[in-house]
Amino acid sequence: MFLTLITFLPLIGALFLVFMPKESVAAIKQTALAVAVADFLLSIFLWTNFDNTSHKMQFELNVPWIEAWGINFHVGLDGISLLLYVMTTFLTMICVIASWDVKIHVREYMIAMLTLSTGMLGVFIALDLFMFYVFWEFQLIPMYIIIGVWGGPRRVYASIKFFLFTAVGSLLMLVAILWIYLHIQETTGVATADILYITEHLSAPLGTQKWLWMAFFLAFAIKVPMFPFHTWLPDAHVEAPTAGSVILAGVLLKMGTYGFLRFNLPFFPQASYEFVPMIAWLSIIGIIYGALVSMVQVDLKKLVAYSSVSHLGFVMLGIFALNPYGIQGALIQNINHGISTGALFLLVGIIYDRRHTRLISEFGGLAKIMPKYAICFMIVALSSIGLPGMNGFVGEFLILLGVFQVNGLWAACATSGVILAACYILWMFQRVMFLEVKNPKNMNLKDMNVREMFTVVPLIILIFWIGLYPKPFMDTFDASVTHLVSKVNPDNFRPKQEHHDNDHNDKQNEKHGEHARLITPTEMASLNHTLQMPALIKE
Amino acid sequence: MLLKLTCLIPLFPLIGSIINGFFGLKIGKKAVGFIACGSMTLSFLTSVLVYVGYLMLPEGQHVYEQVVWTWFGASDFNVDFGFQVDPLTLVMIFVVTGIGLIIHVYAVGYMQEEFSYYRFFAYFNLFVSAMLLLVMGNNFLLMFIGWEGVGLCSYFLIGYYFEKKSACDAGTKAFIVNRVGDFAFLLAVMYIFNIFGTIDFTEVMHAAPEKLIYAGEAVTIITMLLFVGATGKSAQIPLYTWLPDAMEGPTPVSALIHAATMVTAGVYMLVRCSVLFNLSPMTMTVVAFIGGGTAIMAATIGMTQFDIKRVLAYSTVSQIGYMFMACGVGAYTAAIFHLVTHAFFKACLFLGSGSVIHGIHGEQDMRKMGGLKKHMPITYWTFLISALTIAGIPPLAGFFSKDEVLYHSLMDGNIIFWGMGISAALLTAFYMFRLVFMTFHGESRVDPSVHPHESPKMMTMPLVVLAGLATVGGMLGLPFLHGWHILHNWLEPVLHFDLANALQHSEHMLHEAGRHAPSWAHLLEPKEHNGWIEFALMVFSTVVAITGVVGAYIFYIKRPDLPEKFTQGQWGLDMVQNKYYVDELYDDVFVKPTVEGSNLLWKECDAKAIDGAVNGAAKTIGWFSRQAQTLQSGFVRNYALFIVVGFISLLLAMF
Repeated sequence: MFLTLITFLPLIGALFLVFMPKESVAAIKQTALAVAVADFLLSIFLWTNFDNTSHKMQFELNVPWIEAWGINFHVGLDGISLLLYVMTTFLTMICVIASWDVKIHVREYMIAMLTLSTGMLGVFIALDLFMFYVFWEFQLIPMYIIIGVWGGPRRVYASIKFFLFTAVGSLLMLVAILWIYLHIQETTGVATADILYITEHLSAPLGTQKWLWMAFFLAFAIKVPMFPFHTWLPDAHVEAPTAGSVILAGVLLKMGTYGFLRFNLPFFPQASYEFVPMIAWLSIIGIIYGALVSMVQVDLKKLVAYSSVSHLGFVMLGIFALNPYGIQGALIQNINHGISTGALFLLVGIIYDRRHTRLISEFGGLAKIMPKYAICFMIVALSSIGLPGMNGFVGEFLILLGVFQVNGLWAACATSGVILAACYILWMFQRVMFLEVKNPKNMNLKDMNVREMFTVVPLIILIFWIGLYPKPFMDTFDASVTHLVSKVNPDNFRPKQEHHDNDHNDKQNEKHGEHARLITPTEMASLNHTLQMPALIKE
Repeated sequence: MLLKLTCLIPLFPLIGSIINGFFGLKIGKKAVGFIACGSMTLSFLTSVLVYVGYLMLPEGQHVYEQVVWTWFGASDFNVDFGFQVDPLTLVMIFVVTGIGLIIHVYAVGYMQEEFSYYRFFAYFNLFVSAMLLLVMGNNFLLMFIGWEGVGLCSYFLIGYYFEKKSACDAGTKAFIVNRVGDFAFLLAVMYIFNIFGTIDFTEVMHAAPEKLIYAGEAVTIITMLLFVGATGKSAQIPLYTWLPDAMEGPTPVSALIHAATMVTAGVYMLVRCSVLFNLSPMTMTVVAFIGGGTAIMAATIGMTQFDIKRVLAYSTVSQIGYMFMACGVGAYTAAIFHLVTHAFFKACLFLGSGSVIHGIHGEQDMRKMGGLKKHMPITYWTFLISALTIAGIPPLAGFFSKDEVLYHSLMDGNIIFWGMGISAALLTAFYMFRLVFMTFHGESRVDPSVHPHESPKMMTMPLVVLAGLATVGGMLGLPFLHGWHILHNWLEPVLHFDLANALQHSEHMLHEAGRHAPSWAHLLEPKEHNGWIEFALMVFSTVVAITGVVGAYIFYIKRPDLPEKFTQGQWGLDMVQNKYYVDELYDDVFVKPTVEGSNLLWKECDAKAIDGAVNGAAKTIGWFSRQAQTLQSGFVRNYALFIVVGFISLLLAMF
């Protein structure tokens, strides 16, 4: 019940705002902030009461909703969703503060923001497929409105593109959901769309699994976004208002990766295993492609948007390493990306507010005029490129470590993204912050004010906290990941009779060394013993 | 327990950095300088205490580890935020905190007129803290924090004058080139975890002989990757190009970071992983060749440069090449010995050049110096001592360390390595004295409006101290016991490697894998220490050094017209002077294609191909809709016709 309350609190707040007079802008903003802060504090309470040792759903509530079809209002949190949930309330709060200067339709803006919050929270707690689908589509609407009304000059194009991409992707998912619903009814005789029940009982032949997997994949891959489904993202980011970008990067994209962890992996473990090479290569292309394209952007927001494609490539790669290192890395990287990229968007928004342009060439030498801003920007930029001691490194390293267990070549390709990240971030930083102040318009820019500090400093604290002591965060999903990995472990469904073939494959691997073959770390270690050849001996 | 203080050593500079960074502008220059130097002093004193504590360790225990907290982990992978104190670490701590302190004092004087004085010292302290993490970390990843941390501070400090484009470019270049090395380092760490299941130094080095096959693929790949990482940080071929550009930073930065400490991190890492490198003869050969090659190449470039700091920068690259060559032939002690003496004399040289630049108001071109000897005597004499040291004139420190490297490259390596080393030594003596003569001797070519003057005490005192160290530092390497010197005995526990045992394990593992081990017997023949050869080499290299100095004297004092005559119209000189066009090559091969390719990807692939496909799909749907629109004509008779046709086809389909 408590969980439901926290989830719907923003919506209640939004309803309350509807009845407030339009003119009392200050009161509206304060109310929205109060709701957001209260929601965040309550969600912290969830965290402190969360039992780290269990992989089971907690704070569960399960009441019939549409009884005729066996659809329930079933919500709960486990290690995989908890941090995403808390991050959503946290970023909502930050975004309300960051939107203090919204000029037009303040009331409607805050209503949209709070409604969006409920929609997103709902996605992370839904434990019934239909309920999940409802929330999944529901949160599109306020986001669509936020981009379409408060966005930049090309906002209509961007918002429609955003909406269509995501909606088209999720249509196939709906078909798959219906199929699963009917299939479960057929095989077990229970009419239910309960996610936990389906996870336990779904059994489909590999061919069917693959089709269903693809249907879910399309919906989530567009959301993540994976290459080549990413083109909606730069447009949406560029046109969205600052808070919209922060939410988009911080939470909406995470729904995609969350979907993979909640549905694709546990529902279709074997299909997931089969698709590992495809996902891995798409992710690697995404990492490198995103970084390269990011490097040549002239618009700051587009640069950050493309860097998201690169970062999310890491997350996807980690998830499909299918081992604890990779998945834990991916989960923490989810959070890291929300923090770092969210902060980057906030910072870009800060100069956009002052200069009404985001073109890199318009700036230069800001470090001299806005020192506080420059320091914050530097810290966030460095965390984004994964400097050890900051949050990005923890996630990236675990992901790469996990991938390395599976395939060294993939890890090497993905690691090259680390070099490219330094290129695009530092080059951008140099052109914006360093050099001489050439543009007279930049001479009198004001440094960050207190409110702006309030939005960025908490994120910076988190950057160092996760970078130096991520244990409190990582502990939350340890048990859940272990459980998930035990389910998707390739050994579970690797047929016994194929063992001979596998041995044969091993020998091929020896020669080429670039085929995907999932093995456990210990197996890998022993393989390393046996496979070492003194081929490089100098006589 | 004094050793419990270990974690304070890097903490003091970090605190100093934070205080200066946040409050530096408010508390004034004096306080900033005081805090910066004070934190370094505390750190140095703590190091002394830790050293005492280490000496009191019970017999047989060589490593002290202090785990502060568990950094991060997943499943069976766990990284500690832990420090270790062992002989190698102690040597490095003293180099970093000791020389760091001296250079901090100097910098207080040198940077006096800078506006963002506090920013400089915040970075400077932060650098020392990161460097200490690097040498004190007890596992690969903690080392990597320091590794990247020093790179970051170097980036900040190179780009300290951030309004200058060249400074910014140099900083960015340094960071990115270093990242290329880091890429390899990270992969090596992952591979190591894959094999050992841990990344703790002590455990890895302990288990290495049992888990890796001598000259096997795994160890070769790991060590190669580590070495690539080292070439980035230590500015070796092919990743050396950032270091000369790094001279854009203030001179104390060049002294501390780009000469005495950070650039030697690669050498430290190699020595730290000596067990792994010992297992891969192929990597060792590559290391020695790269080291020797770098030593010569950088020395040739150094001979043709006119910027005083750039000459020293190339000299640094060249000297680190020596250290790598020593590592490559397995003479790790010699490498560390040279690292220490090099830290003394190179810091002194850089600070001396800083004093010169300071004294003639920022001029760095040696063609506009000359005759400064009488204007700045202290600078001159300390500089001369250091130059003699680096040239390898006995009995100064550099002579002993360089000689040890040369001796081992001949005895443990072969004559090629020695040849590379000795010719680099000749070049070194020549270009160093070219520098000395052009700067301090001969006619003054200084701009008449500038009145050269000696630097304040704050700057000359550190010079004197460093020159003193450069003179007596060779003591560390004087033979005392069993033909080996102090440093060797001190480092023995770190470098201990039982080859026979490792080979036995390898044979066993190969046997289990169904393969035959090649004959390794020749590797186990004991090597003799030949005192006569060593003495002969000493004499020879002294002669070579003196030849170099005399050569420089003839060229730049006796017959100043000679350089002109020799170099006129030589295409070779042009090439060397332009640094073999390596920068241009990298630019054309890596940088430009990447940027152009990325533009292509963005404009063609993203905008045209992908979005084009999406828009195309939308257009197709639109087209179909418009076609379907015509069906809805509004004529009732058409609709009736459709109904009839539909009904008939339905009937047909059913039967």
